[in-house]
Amino acid sequence: MLYLEKKHPRLTRWSHWLNVPLLAVMIWSGLLIYWANDVYRIGYGDWTLFHFFPDWFYNKLELDASLAKGMAWHFLFMWLFALNGLFYVLYTFFSGEWRHLLPRWGSFREAWQVMLHDLHLSKIEPPRRKFNAAQQFAYTGVILMGAGSLVTGLAIYKPVQVGWLTALLGGYEWARWEHFWLMIGYVVFFLVHITQVIRAGWNNFRAMVSGYELIRQEKGHE
Amino acid sequence: MSEAPKPGRDGDAEVRRQSRRHTRRSFLTGGLVAAAGAAGWYWLRQASLEDGIPWPARRVLQFNERLTGALFSDKRLASTYDRSRAAEDPRVNGGIGLRTEVDPTAWRLQVEDAGGRNLSLSLDDIKKLPRTEMVTQLRCIEGWAEIIHWGGVPLADFAAHYRFGTRSGNAPDPHRNSADWWSYVSLATPDERYYVGLDIASVLHPQTLLCWEINGQPLSSEHGAPLRLVIPVKYGVKNIKRIGTIRFQDERPADYWAERGYDWYAGL
Repeated sequence: MLYLEKKHPRLTRWSHWLNVPLLAVMIWSGLLIYWANDVYRIGYGDWTLFHFFPDWFYNKLELDASLAKGMAWHFLFMWLFALNGLFYVLYTFFSGEWRHLLPRWGSFREAWQVMLHDLHLSKIEPPRRKFNAAQQFAYTGVILMGAGSLVTGLAIYKPVQVGWLTALLGGYEWARWEHFWLMIGYVVFFLVHITQVIRAGWNNFRAMVSGYELIRQEKGHE
Repeated sequence: MSEAPKPGRDGDAEVRRQSRRHTRRSFLTGGLVAAAGAAGWYWLRQASLEDGIPWPARRVLQFNERLTGALFSDKRLASTYDRSRAAEDPRVNGGIGLRTEVDPTAWRLQVEDAGGRNLSLSLDDIKKLPRTEMVTQLRCIEGWAEIIHWGGVPLADFAAHYRFGTRSGNAPDPHRNSADWWSYVSLATPDERYYVGLDIASVLHPQTLLCWEINGQPLSSEHGAPLRLVIPVKYGVKNIKRIGTIRFQDERPADYWAERGYDWYAGL
């Protein structure tokens, strides 16, 4: 028989979906700023595998020559991004939801098993609970990344007034580098996240919208 | 938390109906909020421009300025570095206001205030003041930074020496009687093509220099000869080269890049 199970609290869902446009605007305006000094790459010495970013990328997305605009939007939406993140962390802490999200010592082994399973290298099914260990690492990690973006961002924004913080992060130029790679991290997270959501199917996705998951319970377990 | 299950196939159908109701309601709410968000974004992008950016973005920059300006302290210093780390041949960026020839011997610095006082000084006059050397990072608003070895006189010392910067004509004291200061400083190149506006607190910061040397050598023309500003608590754009006029005033001064969409405060 079927029943509806409440999966994601309302405030978690609101915060999650609000973050989609907020992070998108932060990344877009961040790229407008990055364009003015686009020095990062993957490479070694004189050899460059990939330069962030090729001209076609800037042209296609119209990211060139808009530094002032990028700064204006970045320094407006930073408040909304930070407030939403702060709100989510406070809510998750005080509601006790963090118990579902925080990995434990045994989670390393389980996360490894889940990864092997999802890559079709192992037949061991992930455990059936709200979040498996791989999800716990991913979702806790991305929150820490969000905090990291705020901290590295502040260190670049006011490197004299919070000079101690900038120094702690390795100096002004390192803080900028860290801020950039956290952004790349969100993009990677996003791609994996979308793939996994598609694989998990409609019922799982719907639960992030409506809050409820449809569960079929077999006879004998009732 | 599960809702009370009802037995049998009718129960299943009822649960499915219930699920559809939840889903419909949630997608409807989400759709409405997304549409409102899209409308808000469209409105923001279409809002009338104020100095090159939509006015709501300009207001938020001004809010950020009030907040960070209130938290500003001249006790907090920009990091300084060993001279060995200073760039031998510092990068040149920005030549607005430097296009005409300037004769260093004929050049004079005009110092004025809104009360009508004024001074005209030669470079030799300014060089008589106690010289300071400082190795700090110049941070360009474009995102790059370079460590540079500067030489000059702190602007606060200059102001104290010539009793400029206060309404009363007394020497400005960065720690007391702040009401006596003029609120802002306007600096411009001799041809007035480039100009910056600064808040008085940043101007009196101990690392703000009137600078005539890089690496112990007189400034080259493209680095701002004969005299430039070095202000590590601001982005590079505020470090005006080839100063012609310094004016103390209460009116918020015009600023070349702030008129072109950038933050007026540009504080670090």
